[in-house]
Amino acid sequence: MTMALKTRRRAMRVGVVIGLILGAIFAAAPVLWMLSSSFKSNTEIFELPPRLLTEKLSFDAYIAIFTDPEKLRFFLNSYIVAGFVTLLTLVVAIQAAYAFSRFEFRGKRLLNITIVSVQAVPPITLLIPYFGLVVALGLYNTYPGLIFTYMVFTLPYAIIMMTGYLNTLPRELDEAVRVDGAGSFTALWRVLVPISVPGIVSVGVYTFMIAWNEYLFALTLTRTVDMRTVPIGIQLLMGQHSYEWNEIMAMSILGSIPVLVLFLFFQRYFISGLTSGSVKS
Amino acid sequence: MQPLIAPDTETLVLGPDKGGIRRRRSQARKTAESYGFLAPTLILLVVLMVVPIVMVVGYSFQDNVILNKSPQFVGLDNFVAVVTDPAFLNAISNTLIFTVTSVVAHLVLGLTFAMLLNSELIGRVPRAIFRALYILPWLFTAAVIAVLWRMLFAPNGVINFLLGTNVEWLASPELALSSVTFINIWAGYPFFMVSLLAGLQGIPAELNEAARVDGANGVQRFFNVTIPQLRPIIVSLVLLDLIWTSQQFALIWLTTGGGPINVTEMLSTYTYKLAFSKYDFSLASTSAVLVLLMSMVLAYFYVRHQRARD
Repeated sequence: MTMALKTRRRAMRVGVVIGLILGAIFAAAPVLWMLSSSFKSNTEIFELPPRLLTEKLSFDAYIAIFTDPEKLRFFLNSYIVAGFVTLLTLVVAIQAAYAFSRFEFRGKRLLNITIVSVQAVPPITLLIPYFGLVVALGLYNTYPGLIFTYMVFTLPYAIIMMTGYLNTLPRELDEAVRVDGAGSFTALWRVLVPISVPGIVSVGVYTFMIAWNEYLFALTLTRTVDMRTVPIGIQLLMGQHSYEWNEIMAMSILGSIPVLVLFLFFQRYFISGLTSGSVKS
Repeated sequence: MQPLIAPDTETLVLGPDKGGIRRRRSQARKTAESYGFLAPTLILLVVLMVVPIVMVVGYSFQDNVILNKSPQFVGLDNFVAVVTDPAFLNAISNTLIFTVTSVVAHLVLGLTFAMLLNSELIGRVPRAIFRALYILPWLFTAAVIAVLWRMLFAPNGVINFLLGTNVEWLASPELALSSVTFINIWAGYPFFMVSLLAGLQGIPAELNEAARVDGANGVQRFFNVTIPQLRPIIVSLVLLDLIWTSQQFALIWLTTGGGPINVTEMLSTYTYKLAFSKYDFSLASTSAVLVLLMSMVLAYFYVRHQRARD
């Protein structure tokens, strides 16, 4: 009996481990291939049989990117746009979240439904009027044109996440300050914001990632190479050099590093933010 | 990258419990104060949502918008033109196949990986390593995923080498739709996996224990304990994924561009091409309004489901 049970348990463990390894190959092999290709010479990439580990490590692709001002400009643009989007989104969302978390007011329910629904509005639907508006306002091919339009994606999530975070903080904290005669604005920025740093950081990182990865608006609302962001830069590289795959892969790696680094450092917040959103019975 | 959280409406809907009713004047002051804090949000919502949607609906009833200085009102002509366009119907059919296949596969893969990671048969360290590997595809933006798979799927690429085949995965009319769907499946399952893993960890151990004592085997416990417990999360995830996947643009645009001969044309690429390749902003607006209506149907179910859960 116990022997049979032990054997069954061992068989199950072998099954689980095999499943896990197969899954890991499915998930990670393409990423490894990208990394490996970025260190190959372009002729080696399609050599047969393909080798995961290259014989002679080549940094040519990375050097080509770091010595090309046009490509570095893609990164600069992405940092500027994502940075400003994050800053503005945080300032606006923190105040909205404070109202949602601490006040009862007329229209709260309707506004809540609106904010949740905004997330379902297709970007392609907004693209055509945005194009019209951005051109009319003289913001075509400028940073503000991108920054303001991106906020339609970042704001709803930021408000929802931030409200959830503020709800976990006791009301007595900020109410005490208000009773002492300070205004709500002071209570928010002097009392709540300083102790909300973990929440604010995770919302900020998340906002940054959305903005860093945006493609459709970046493609349509900018025109000149010096205004393009990283995702468009990758696409341009693809067209320009008729498939210098090592450089395209190096650009992809470099373009993913900010998100990878942010995720690595803040994944605990994300996962818990995610679970608080989705795990409710 | 897809958004990382399933939005939690509960916190917004209920807010903190207010004990007792204060005086009316204080209430009016609070409402005024609330709107003070909400003013920037409201302005942005109006400028970025209300105005554009009114604009695009307006465009859809006119001819030659944006290019023509004084467009004419044409009633439902644009809607008739789009709905009877075989290319539009083809885009709907492709979007449907792409979306439903992706969502089902995301759920199955996400649940499988979550169950594997949640298994008590593996230690803490291997669990953490495997989880990190499984999350990887989530961390790359659509542009990166697109160029990566274009390289892997190239005729002389590594996939063909491993399978011993010699096919044009993304350029053949027979294979292109399956290929982009596969790429999208690879890119999207981690969102399900992470959410379902959290859900699995939230299932009280006593439930499984009780079922075990009652003599339920693993399969029975899966269908009678695990799945019912995960049901609310699964419904939320499926609705969100239907909304997002049906709107996918970048991945299609950067792998096949809707080709070859329109076999991967989605509603998003169809609409985009009407506007920015053919410069027919009126028809594009009409198509965009139709896409909006379809998304709002899904959004309605999503909001209703979230409220029911609360």
